[in-house]
Amino acid sequence: MNMDNQDRQTLNRNLAQMLKGGVIMDVTTPEQAKIAEEAGACAVMALEHIPADIRAAGGVSRMSDPKMIKSIQQAVSIPVMAKCRIGHFVEAQILQAIEIDYIDESEVLSPADDVYHIDKTKFDVPFVCGARDLGEALRRIAEGATMIRTKGEPGTGDVIQAVRHMRLMQSEIRRIVSLGEDEIFEKAKELQVPLDLVKYVHENGKLPVVNFAAGGIATPADAALMMQLGAEGVFVGSGIFKSGNPQKRAAAIVQAVTNFRDAKKLAELSEDLGEAMVGINEQEIKVLMAERGK
Amino acid sequence: MGKRIAVLSLQGAFAEHEKMLGELGIACFEVRQRKDWDQPKDGLIIPGGESTTQSKLLVDLGLMDPIKDEILGGLPVFGTCAGLILLAKNMVGGPFKRLSTMNMSVRRNAYGRQLGSFHARGSFAGQDIPMTFIRAPYIESVGAGVEVLSVVDGHIVAAREGNQLVTAFHPELDDCQVVYEYFARMFG
Repeated sequence: MNMDNQDRQTLNRNLAQMLKGGVIMDVTTPEQAKIAEEAGACAVMALEHIPADIRAAGGVSRMSDPKMIKSIQQAVSIPVMAKCRIGHFVEAQILQAIEIDYIDESEVLSPADDVYHIDKTKFDVPFVCGARDLGEALRRIAEGATMIRTKGEPGTGDVIQAVRHMRLMQSEIRRIVSLGEDEIFEKAKELQVPLDLVKYVHENGKLPVVNFAAGGIATPADAALMMQLGAEGVFVGSGIFKSGNPQKRAAAIVQAVTNFRDAKKLAELSEDLGEAMVGINEQEIKVLMAERGK
Repeated sequence: MGKRIAVLSLQGAFAEHEKMLGELGIACFEVRQRKDWDQPKDGLIIPGGESTTQSKLLVDLGLMDPIKDEILGGLPVFGTCAGLILLAKNMVGGPFKRLSTMNMSVRRNAYGRQLGSFHARGSFAGQDIPMTFIRAPYIESVGAGVEVLSVVDGHIVAAREGNQLVTAFHPELDDCQVVYEYFARMFG
């Protein structure tokens, strides 16, 4: 299939549009993947260890075993995503070779390069990248990311960083919208991003790609909070399979994302979910994963 | 005039449909739960997204049967991609609850994974239009009463049965109103 890269980028941005209003769930086994699909996940993230365990185990964390990823591709019909290390373009090549639907160049894994992110324009498969602010988001988009998520602080069950990143991004977007035409140039220089991306934000009041929330989302209320703050969908990592009743919690979060403004509905959905993941507070953690890759 | 279209907004690319309707000057409202559905409407759009997700939400939110009843009662409906899958009576692979109102058999993820997504140009009801296929299904076969509107590479990608219109591609993603104008004539 000989397609120019621009064409691929468009198709890859389009796939992210199809995921909007949905919940992408971390899964480590085909069984979990099936539970996620049946609960209404719009995609799954296949990984060997969920962020909470990566955090607990410490050490270098890498791309998952392709065999494990393939077993999840076999188990479900929804899109399957997988993570590679920041800057590790060979892990990305491997994930493309097994026809992954989306690659997450992720700070949850140990970074492989402390200067360069992957040149994602060289790939046919789409990439989602984390961002803490608008500059990071637009830099990743310039490198070829076709979907953005907040970094949050994965594996903590503490939503504070996802909130901080989403608020910051939305607030910076509003500020760019209000700039004068002649102020856009300086802004592009300040953010270290191409001018056309800043122009897009100025004219449209949003990122040129879909923007999800991720990191620390553990309850239907967390998910709805992120949606009300402007997320177009959510990633839920450790929050589901580290909880008491994954099936029920997953389905409740899916419904909470659809009806994120209906507090009555959210009250119903929050009932009887069993134990939420215990989590750790932001101040208690040693490794701030969100600091990886800027 | 004064038509109002319901857009199923449980998950997926519903905002893109709303934008296209807006450009044509057609009013619309979002259906996110049972009470939204009770408003008066002249038609329904079921957007692209994940069909398994939308199916689960249709069931959990008590929308499956009320929507099915109105479609069977003649409400004009337009389903794209996942919407097409939800309307199909028969499906190859992965059974889950669907509206199952249209006499056709559909194959999900018929072109494979995301690497199989593509752009094409094809004829829709006699007009050449751009088509965007994202992890798309195609229609394997149609039953009596179904009119085939588009065929691309030998596969049926758009069809109509009475009040029901479906496309395997995403007209909401391309800058082309032809399919919407066709749908508008169904409720106009």
